[in-house]
Amino acid sequence: MPRPPKFASVGAVRRSFAPWADPDAKPLIRFENVTKRFGDAIAVNDLSLDVFEGEFFCLLGPSGCGKTTLMRMLAGFEHPSEGRITLAGQSLAGVPPYRRPVNMMFQSYALFPHMSVEKNIAFGLKQDGLPKDEIAARVGEMLRLVQLERLAKRYSSQLSGGQRQRVALARALAKKPKVLLLDEPLGALDKKLREETQFELMDIQHELGMTFVVVTHDQEEAMTMADRIAVMDHGRIVQVATPGGIYEQPKTRFIAEFVGDVNILEGNVLGQENGLWHVQTPSAEAPLTIDDPDEVLHSGQAVAIAVRPEKMVIQRNPPGPGAVNVLTGEVWDIGYLGDWTVYRVKLASGAILRVTLANRSRFVESPIDWDDQVYVTFAPDAAVILAE
Amino acid sequence: MTRRLSLFNVTSLVIGFAFLYLPILLLVVYSFNASRLVTVWGGFSTQWYGALFRNEALMEAAWVTLRIALLSASLATVLGTLAALALTRYGRFTGRTLFTGMVYAPMVMPEVITGLSLLLFFVAIGLDRGFWTITLAHTTLTMCFVTVVVQSRLMTFDRSLEEAAMDLGAPPLRTFFSVTLPLIAPSIVAGFLLAFTLSLDDLVIASFNTGPGATTLPIRIYSQVRLGLSPEINAASTILIGIVTLGVVSATVLSKRSLLRSQRNAH
Amino acid sequence: MTRRPFARRLTDGLVPVIPYLWLGIFFLVPFLIVLKISLSDPAVAQPPYKPVFELSDIVSFFQGLDLENFEVLAGDDLYLSATLSSVRIAALSTVLLLLVGFPIAYGIARAPARHRPLLVALVILPFWTSFLIRIYAWIAILKPEGLLNQALTELGVITDPVHILNTETAVYIGIVYAYLPFMVLPLYASLEKMDDTLLEAALDLGSTPWRAFWTITVPLSMPGIIAGSLLCFIPAVGEFVIPDLLGGSETLMIGRQLWSEFFSNRDWPLASAVAILLLIILVAPIVVYRDVEARRVETQR
Repeated sequence: MPRPPKFASVGAVRRSFAPWADPDAKPLIRFENVTKRFGDAIAVNDLSLDVFEGEFFCLLGPSGCGKTTLMRMLAGFEHPSEGRITLAGQSLAGVPPYRRPVNMMFQSYALFPHMSVEKNIAFGLKQDGLPKDEIAARVGEMLRLVQLERLAKRYSSQLSGGQRQRVALARALAKKPKVLLLDEPLGALDKKLREETQFELMDIQHELGMTFVVVTHDQEEAMTMADRIAVMDHGRIVQVATPGGIYEQPKTRFIAEFVGDVNILEGNVLGQENGLWHVQTPSAEAPLTIDDPDEVLHSGQAVAIAVRPEKMVIQRNPPGPGAVNVLTGEVWDIGYLGDWTVYRVKLASGAILRVTLANRSRFVESPIDWDDQVYVTFAPDAAVILAE
Repeated sequence: MTRRLSLFNVTSLVIGFAFLYLPILLLVVYSFNASRLVTVWGGFSTQWYGALFRNEALMEAAWVTLRIALLSASLATVLGTLAALALTRYGRFTGRTLFTGMVYAPMVMPEVITGLSLLLFFVAIGLDRGFWTITLAHTTLTMCFVTVVVQSRLMTFDRSLEEAAMDLGAPPLRTFFSVTLPLIAPSIVAGFLLAFTLSLDDLVIASFNTGPGATTLPIRIYSQVRLGLSPEINAASTILIGIVTLGVVSATVLSKRSLLRSQRNAH
Repeated sequence: MTRRPFARRLTDGLVPVIPYLWLGIFFLVPFLIVLKISLSDPAVAQPPYKPVFELSDIVSFFQGLDLENFEVLAGDDLYLSATLSSVRIAALSTVLLLLVGFPIAYGIARAPARHRPLLVALVILPFWTSFLIRIYAWIAILKPEGLLNQALTELGVITDPVHILNTETAVYIGIVYAYLPFMVLPLYASLEKMDDTLLEAALDLGSTPWRAFWTITVPLSMPGIIAGSLLCFIPAVGEFVIPDLLGGSETLMIGRQLWSEFFSNRDWPLASAVAILLLIILVAPIVVYRDVEARRVETQR
C-alpha cells in the first residue's frame, strides 16, 4: 500500500494554493506533445506540460536544455514542429506574437534605446490604440509599481542595470497580459540585487495575481520564487514539482545533482524488510537501510542513494551499536563558510562525501580536524533511492 | 539568436546584386563580340583586344595613368598615415578642427570644384600643367581617403601593446616600427590600394589639371565615349575589371590566410 | 615629464606638420584663389583672367574685385534653373537610392553572420572598378537599339523602343547605380548593429511587423540613413560625368555648367563663381555630414 505523499507540505509554497493537485482544475497554458526541431537538432522533444492561472512557474535547466525555446514558442517567436499549445483552451497555432495576450521580459531587456522610460512602457499600450489619458494613467501606475517615477524621462543608456530591469518589467506588465514570460530575469544583476529583486518579483506577482513563467538556469532563483518548477534536460521535462518536492524527492540523479548539493552512493538492492530497503554499497561495510517506500525495486537492482550534505552527521566517536548507515573515512578538506562548515570526507572506497554542519555557536572550537578519522551517519529517511 | 532570411530579403538581395553586376557582365560579354556594333551580337572574337594593344594612344594613356597612380598613391599613403597618426595620437593640437575639416572636405566636395581650384592654384604659381600637376592633385585628394582608413584602424588599436613593448625596453621609435606599424600595415595597404584605384579612375580632376603629353586613360576613354560606343573600350574596360577583380580576390585570400595563420599560431 | 632629446621632439613635431602643410598648400590656398578669381574680371589673355594680384597695391586689389560674376549668375536664368535642377535631381536620386539601398542593406544584415562579409564585399567590389566604365556600360543598355530595348521587345513588353538614354531618367538610373555602395554600406552598418530582440519585443508588445519596422527599425537606423543620404546627395549635386554621358542636352546640372564655362567658354572667373555657388549650396549638408561623422566617431570610442 503506498502511503500518502510524504512531502506534500514541504517547501515555501503558499499552502492553500495548489491547483495542480486538483483534478478538476483547468490549466491556463497547456503544451500537448510539443516537439521543436531546428534542422536536425531537437530542441524540445515530445513535451507535455500544464501551467495554472496565478502560478509562478519556473523552467529550470542547464543551457541548451530547450527551456528558452519552450518560452519562445509560448511568445510566438518559434512554432512547434509537432503538437499544440493552448492558452485558456484556445490553440495558439497561427497566432502571431503581436496578437497573443502574452508579454515577455527579455533577457537583454530589449529596451528601445531611442525612447524614454515612459515611452518604452507606453509602447505596448499605444499598439492597442488606447486613448492618451488612459495610457498616461497606466504608465504612471506601472512607474509607481516598480518605483521609477522620477526616471520617467530618462533613456535606457542613462539607467543602471537594476533600473533597466525594472523598466523592462514595467513595460511587459503594462498591458496586463494573461501570462508574463521572464527570460533569465535576474541574470544580469549582481548577487545582492538579485536576491532583493527575487522577493520583489514575488510580491508583484502576488499583487497582480498574474501567471508568471520564468526561464532560469539558476536553481536558487527557481527555488526561491517558484510555486512549481519544471526541470528540463535535453528537450524533455524530467520532473515537475514544488521546490520542496524537487529538492527532497528528486526523481533522477540528474535532478538530485542539478538542484543543490548531493552525495551519491552507488549500490545494489538486497531486499525489503518492514518497508525499509537494504542496499549493499562498497562505501560502507554494513548494508544501508533506506526509508523510501514509494520506490518499486527488485533484488540485485543497481541503484544510487542520494543524501543531501546537511542531512548527514559527522562525528569523531564511533556511533552506538544499534546505529544504521555508518560510513567511515578521514577528513580531506574543511571549508569554513561562516554560517556553515563544509567537510569533505574521503571514504575507504575512495569516494568523497560532502557533509555540512551548521555553526550554531560562536565559540565552540571545531572538534574535527584535518586527517581525523571520522564517522558519517544519516537517518534512513534522509536518503532517496534513485533507480539507475 | 538565429536570423532568418525572409523571401523578401532574398528577393531584394538577388535583384540588388543583379542590378549591380548585370551591366558590368554585359560589358565584359560584348567585349568578345565579333561585330563592330556594340549592342548586336555577331559571334565570339578577341579581335578587339588585338586592336586595343595596337592602339598606341590608348596604350600611352594607360602607361601615364599607371605612373601617376603609383606615384600619387605612394605619396598619399605616407601623408595619409602621418595625418591619421596626428589625428589619433596628438590630442588637441592647435588648428585641429581646421585640419579635420581639410581631411574630410575633399572627400565630399564635388570633383569639379577640387579640380578647378587646383588648376587655378597651379596657374597662379606658374607650374606647367601635365604629369606633375595631376600627380599632386591626386595625392591631395587620395591622402584624405588613406587618412580615414588608417585612422579607423588606429582608433581600435590596443595601446597596451605599445606600452608592453616600451615596458620591455623598446624605445618609442623602435616600438612604432616593430609593433605599431606591423599591426596597422593591413590598413595602410588598404589605403594605398584605395588611393591607387581612385587615381586610376579619376576623370574630372585629371581633365582640369592635364597638359600636353599627359593624357590619362579615363580622359582618353571619355573622349572616345563621347564620339560613340566602341568595342575597343569594352575590351579595355574588361581588362581593367579583370585586374581589379584579381587584385581584390587575391587581397581577400591573402588576408584570410594571414588571419588563419595567426589563429593557428595562437593555439 | 622628462625632456626628450631634441631630435625626437623634431620628428615627433613633424608628424602633424607635414600633412597639415600639404593640405594647407594644396587644398586651402587653391580654395582661396577660386574665391578671389570668382570676384575678378575675365580677360582674353593667357591665363584667361585678369590678374589683380598686385600685393604692392592693396587698394587696386580691392578695387579690382567685384561681384560682377555673381551678378551674371543671378541675372541669367540658366544658372538658377541649373542650380534648382541639380538639387532636384540629387534629392530625388537620394530618395531612390534609399528605396533601392534599404532592402539590400536589410537583406545583408539579416543574412547569416558567416555570409555577411562576402555580401558586403560584393557591394563594394563594383566601387573598385572604374566609375567611368560603369557609366559607359549603361549607354549600351539604355540606347534606343540597346540591350534593354532588345530584351523588352523580345519579351513582347513593348513594340517601339523606349527612349531612356539622354533623358533625365537615365541620369537617375546612373546616379542610383554609381552611388549604391555609398548608400548600402552606412545603412548596413547601422542595421547590422541593431539588436534583433528589440523587434521581437515590439512584436511581443502588440506591434505588427510593419509598424515595428517604422517605429523601431527606421528610427534606429537613422544615423545610417542620414550618413548614406548625405554621402550620395552631396557628390550628386556636383555630378558631371553622369549627366554628361547619360543625360540629354536639356538635363541641366551645375557641375556640367561649370565644366562648359571652363572648357567651352573659357570663362574662368565665371566658372569660379559657379564653383562658389555650388559650394554655398553644399555648405549646409557638408556641415551636417561633419556633425554626423563626428558623432559616429565619438560613439565608436
